[in-house]
Amino acid sequence: MGYDLIVIGGGLVGGAIAWGAATKGASVALLDQGDIAYRAARGNFGLVWVQSKGAGMPAYAHWTRTSSELWPDLAGAMAGATGVDVALRQPGGLAFCLSDEEMASRTALLHRMHNESGDIGTRMLGRDEVRAMVPGLGDRVVGASFCPIDGHANPLYLLRALHAALLQHDGAYLPGRTVDAIDAAPHSFTVRCGAERFTCEKLVIAAGLGSRDLAPMVGLSMPVTPLRGQILVTERLRPFLDYATHVIRQTAEGSVMLGDSQEDVGFDTATSATVMQDIAARNVAVFPALKDASIVRVWAALRVMSPDGFPIYEQSAQYPGAFATTCHSGVTLAGAHALALAPAILAGELPERFAPFSSRRFDVPSA
Amino acid sequence: MNEAWDVVVVGAGPAGLAAATLLAEQQARVVLLDEQPAVGGQIYRGIERAAEHPSLLTALGPDYVYGATLAARFRASGAAYRPGSLVWQVTPGREVWFSADGSSHLVRADAVILATGAMERPVPLPGWTLPGVMTAGALQIMLKSSGVVPGEPFVVAGSGPLLFLLVQQYLAAGARPAAVLDTTARANEWRALRHLPEAVADRAGRRDLAKGLMMVAGLRRSGIPRYRHVSDIRIEGADAVTGIAFRSGTTQHRLATRLVALHEGVIPAQQMPRSIGCAFAWDAAQQCFAPVLDAWGNSSVDGVMIAGDAGGIGGARAAEHAGRLAAFEALRRLGRIDAARRDALATDDRRARQSQLAVRRFLDVLYAPRDAVLRPADDVVVCRCEEIAAGAVRDVVRQGCLGPNQAKAFLRAGMGPCQGRLCGPVVTELIAQARGVGQDEVGYYRIRSPLKPVTVGELAAMETE
Amino acid sequence: MFRRLDATPGEIRFTFDGTEQIARPGDSVAVALLAAGEPSLRDTPVSGAPRAPYCMMGVCFDCLVEIDGVGNRPACLTPVAEGMQVRRQRGARGVL
Repeated sequence: MGYDLIVIGGGLVGGAIAWGAATKGASVALLDQGDIAYRAARGNFGLVWVQSKGAGMPAYAHWTRTSSELWPDLAGAMAGATGVDVALRQPGGLAFCLSDEEMASRTALLHRMHNESGDIGTRMLGRDEVRAMVPGLGDRVVGASFCPIDGHANPLYLLRALHAALLQHDGAYLPGRTVDAIDAAPHSFTVRCGAERFTCEKLVIAAGLGSRDLAPMVGLSMPVTPLRGQILVTERLRPFLDYATHVIRQTAEGSVMLGDSQEDVGFDTATSATVMQDIAARNVAVFPALKDASIVRVWAALRVMSPDGFPIYEQSAQYPGAFATTCHSGVTLAGAHALALAPAILAGELPERFAPFSSRRFDVPSA
Repeated sequence: MNEAWDVVVVGAGPAGLAAATLLAEQQARVVLLDEQPAVGGQIYRGIERAAEHPSLLTALGPDYVYGATLAARFRASGAAYRPGSLVWQVTPGREVWFSADGSSHLVRADAVILATGAMERPVPLPGWTLPGVMTAGALQIMLKSSGVVPGEPFVVAGSGPLLFLLVQQYLAAGARPAAVLDTTARANEWRALRHLPEAVADRAGRRDLAKGLMMVAGLRRSGIPRYRHVSDIRIEGADAVTGIAFRSGTTQHRLATRLVALHEGVIPAQQMPRSIGCAFAWDAAQQCFAPVLDAWGNSSVDGVMIAGDAGGIGGARAAEHAGRLAAFEALRRLGRIDAARRDALATDDRRARQSQLAVRRFLDVLYAPRDAVLRPADDVVVCRCEEIAAGAVRDVVRQGCLGPNQAKAFLRAGMGPCQGRLCGPVVTELIAQARGVGQDEVGYYRIRSPLKPVTVGELAAMETE
Repeated sequence: MFRRLDATPGEIRFTFDGTEQIARPGDSVAVALLAAGEPSLRDTPVSGAPRAPYCMMGVCFDCLVEIDGVGNRPACLTPVAEGMQVRRQRGARGVL
């Protein structure tokens, strides 16, 4: 018994692609590991963030914008299929600047992106303007960049909904499996997990950090490495912040997530007091009133980073039918993954717009 | 305060007090951290203050009064003591972060002894979240620390030594329960007999059994209605408790009441050792997870020892000896004594601890909790903080969730202020039941610091060097 | 619902939702409020359901109240103090 499509990796990338394919009538199996796994999907901040994505790679900027536009359809489909509200809110997003230098570099970044990929309404806000928009800001906030289409959602509920919706469309969710090997031939793959064998015509590798070892089995290259991020989460608080912001957001339940860090520590998912202190201090500078809020949870997760930080989408030349899909913005890109990438994969070929995302770009030797 | 100590002891119950006392008497640099304002943990809670109230001491009984000896010896030992300290992070490298008076402090130690004790097993029943439902331990704390007792008819429901002790203490204090609902399963009574010889063979065992018989006899003499083999408990009320319905044998009953005390035994407090990465294993006899320890209390993390009920339920006297054993081992680790000397010094405590545990098997089997409490029905709330019912957990398992961490992510179970303390055991049991596998295979929530809520401001102001 | 074994009058004055209460040395805020006859201390942020202390030992966090303007403080872990202003925790606390 074979599947039309097997997706290896039950996170946000794999889950979105699997569901998207299932809604198109494909028979789909989603292979996933167990309760304790690296699971970048469970360590996501939850932004649906557009404004600063893709400096130096306009294709990524456009792909991100596409996803942002598709997101409401995804959210509606999730609610309709499963009753789960993934809490999508797209009120606009702010990246606060705490110094004139940060303002200058942010301004330059937006300017560059405007030139490279067009204007989506992102603009810089000065000291008074940002305070008019957001009450309670600390003195150290000198301004911010604002993008009207930025937003956020609940990444855990999204994952839950994707899994449940896949089942609704007669997809198979197969947890507790680790892929040992893949026997590959063009348009025919056998995935081996212990004593089990799963066969399919199309195969997607969306296994996060595990993709690195799986990709070569099907003639692909996914040179991803871990980058740790830590997040502090407060108790539920009365609503005070609607906007998405790049390091602090208030969830639909009221808890506030404070981030973040970028730590090159290998596969270590421990939290650390120094980073907690750093995150706490930075966020208290932005919202001084937060100093009295209690942190009830701190976690760390490993982002899945390609060498340039941009996604990898690629079809295997050696084994057509096998696809690589990886990114570190699984929430933002969920709309595009489910509603644009999945259909392309089912059609058997990635259109030209995906060419810049091929891993061959890493083969260009740096000057 | 950025200080380096030989040993940091967390928890001022019998195990922690005994460990810190011994270490200080042996001139080790030891500090005892505890979240309460006074020593005693839960079992000897309020012991120093209670000394000023002789009638209260009499009501609480000689086993409680014994705690005063421990407390006095601790005070005399010269051990450093920091009450009101909420330990919120312990690293495998033995850095201990705690919050006191609104700021966070770091101490470092060559050895850490966790003596964080036990907690009441959660008793998820219909209506258990209503105001007016408390644990037997909670009522006992009110009695010990403040001499407060129920002032109107109340019902005590459950099983286990602490429940009967509470009733005995209440009777002595002049507070009569309106009824005692004994949920001890009939089948357990027979099964437990097999372990009676082991208890009877030991002097401490005989003493414990005699105490138990006296408690039961006292209850019988008191004339308080005692319902036996109680099951199907439903606590009634909309905004507060108004009554309790239950089955005793084959008869249905209902009692009007505004206060219900529940108790189904105690289980080790897991948060701190799990957050450090200590290995745990399912203890089938006690139906709970317990840390994997050697004979001295060494956990799977180098330099982190666990003593007392946090290492497995054994009661206050066993805890005291376990504290001393951990202290001897800490002295060996510090190089003050070698292994042979440690073994020699520890002989009495090892024997005494074994003796105190003689009655354990009998009690574990007799008071084993019923299925309905371990794995409640679909409509029963299991995560009190986030108000999530057992049925929701079973649903996500049906959709492929293999373990509690995925369930937590999907349902928010365990994400509330209690950080999974109350729902953790039940969620693991529900998943194990739904999957048809053992609790070890299912696992437990991944517990991380902060172990208690810490303010953003306090974290921001920490000195992390 | 509760009474004191010792009839000695209390000496620590505090308020709960503006109403004066009396407590004894050694009382936690939770004990003081229960002894004063308060049936519940908070309404949950999830459903608004009323809650009262359950465990009295810092495990259940059902005893959260606002103390001297700071919300979500566990009443059973906080010794009562003269002049304390305690308020019912109604849903989520506000900081801004």
